[in-house]
Amino acid sequence: MPSTDSAGLGRGRALAFVAPALVLIGIFLVFPALWSIYIGLTDYTLTGPSSVNPQLVGTGNITGALSDPLFGNSLWLTLLFVFGSAMIGQNVLGFTLAWSLRGARRWLRRLVEGLVLLAWILPSTVVAYLWVAVLDRDGGTLNALLNTPGTAWLVQYPMASLIVFNLWRGTAFSMLLYSSALNVVPPSQLETARMVGAGRFSTLKDVVFPHIRGHVLTNTLLITLWTANDFTPFLLTSGGPDHRSETLPVFIYQQALGSGALGYASAISFLLLLVNLVIALVYLRLLRRRG
Amino acid sequence: MTTSLVLRRIGYSAFFAVVLAFFAVPMLWLASAPFDSRPGLGLRWPDWTFDNVTATFDHPYALTSLVNSLVLCGLAMIVTTVLAAGAAYALSRVRIPGRDVLLYVLLLLSSVVTGTAAMVPIFVMMYQLGLINSQYGTALVIAGGMLPAAIFILKDFVDAVPRSYEESARVFGASPWQILLHVVLPIARPGIATIVVWAFVQAWGNFLLPFLLLRDITSQPAAVLMRTLYDEGGSANLTVIPVFSLLYSIPVVALYLFVSKRYGFRFHGGIKS
Repeated sequence: MPSTDSAGLGRGRALAFVAPALVLIGIFLVFPALWSIYIGLTDYTLTGPSSVNPQLVGTGNITGALSDPLFGNSLWLTLLFVFGSAMIGQNVLGFTLAWSLRGARRWLRRLVEGLVLLAWILPSTVVAYLWVAVLDRDGGTLNALLNTPGTAWLVQYPMASLIVFNLWRGTAFSMLLYSSALNVVPPSQLETARMVGAGRFSTLKDVVFPHIRGHVLTNTLLITLWTANDFTPFLLTSGGPDHRSETLPVFIYQQALGSGALGYASAISFLLLLVNLVIALVYLRLLRRRG
Repeated sequence: MTTSLVLRRIGYSAFFAVVLAFFAVPMLWLASAPFDSRPGLGLRWPDWTFDNVTATFDHPYALTSLVNSLVLCGLAMIVTTVLAAGAAYALSRVRIPGRDVLLYVLLLLSSVVTGTAAMVPIFVMMYQLGLINSQYGTALVIAGGMLPAAIFILKDFVDAVPRSYEESARVFGASPWQILLHVVLPIARPGIATIVVWAFVQAWGNFLLPFLLLRDITSQPAAVLMRTLYDEGGSANLTVIPVFSLLYSIPVVALYLFVSKRYGFRFHGGIKS
């Protein structure tokens, strides 16, 4: 698409319009990303001798991470968290809601969508606290509802709690995305499927899915990216008890500001950046192909 | 036939009942506990009182932190909106060499460099610059993180402004600044409003960056004070937390209602709220 200079800005002035934004992005996004590589190659710490005079350790932090059982644990928990709460949880619940709300009465649709969206827009610290209250051992609502007094959900089942929490918090996006995606499915094809007596499952698989395949992939990539980088587990469990809910973002924080191992934490940050980069590249590729 | 229809009806209703309960139950606490004379963690019908509200207003840091949030988010929002508007306008209208690459890199950056992945270098940088506990510094960090996505959303809106309007304004001798202020911005107002609200809500809910960079309780925004209140002496301050949570949530809910009423709830690429 050729862009004409309809405003008469000229290249020089156009650059001046763009420059301030680029400077800020450069200082607070590009530079930190690059600097994390350098810090990750050192034994930089928050306190002690290595805080004033950090030494280069090369790939020592990475090899250290690979043999660190806590890092392995955290990687595994992150996969569990992403897979359970986003790839499966938010995806399936979001789609089911979008699908079943199509024919629902107006008040029901508004109520469900409103509540799901509210869960999404409330500040994360408030939402985390709401769930701490629900899952609390003594006064918690869940124990009252299930009649399971004394169950400390966040302590006994920390990952399951986080997965349910993130399902609650993040389903809105999938619901919204699939609601608009379902408009792409031609009603005539759904009608035909109903007339030939196709079952629900085969209707979804053979009629609906082929139309929204791209949306499913987009949605899965985005919620994966957000969930893998989500810091809210820290607000619920701080990674505990005994590292049992220490997903990568929490692990990085605990290593950096808990233990003061800035170099080590930075090397792991860099690994997370690489994972993000791969997901984002696949996503952008997909966007381009769809035009 | 009829039996299966009835069963389906029941299944359908049961599904929505469970979904509604799942989403509503955690929130009910936010509506009842602030006004309960003995607020606990569980749900119960409150015996109404406003004592908690008074206690929250008397808390030494509660209101200050809400003001801090306003300052922090206001600054981050203004910086983001102004710089993104300028950049989006120029990128939409002028063929700068490498523009498409730049846009591609911006989109990539906005999803790759998250607060979580960049927390260590950002902390180290601000620490070495002596900007820990600086609200202005933190606002700039937050703005820097929001800018790529903001430029992207706004460019979409500016692209939709007809060029002929600007050309006729030029014929009448308007300067580029006048064109931007009096022709383009008024037409792109829904876009600007979207960015203003989006940036404010993003900054308002941001926990990690203020938590890392604002260590002193007097400079902490509401997001971080929530955590402090909860940690205080190992047990939660249940008189203050419910009211405080409510006060802290009202602005985002109000903004959301405003936007969805005025402009409809729209999707902008792959941007999270």
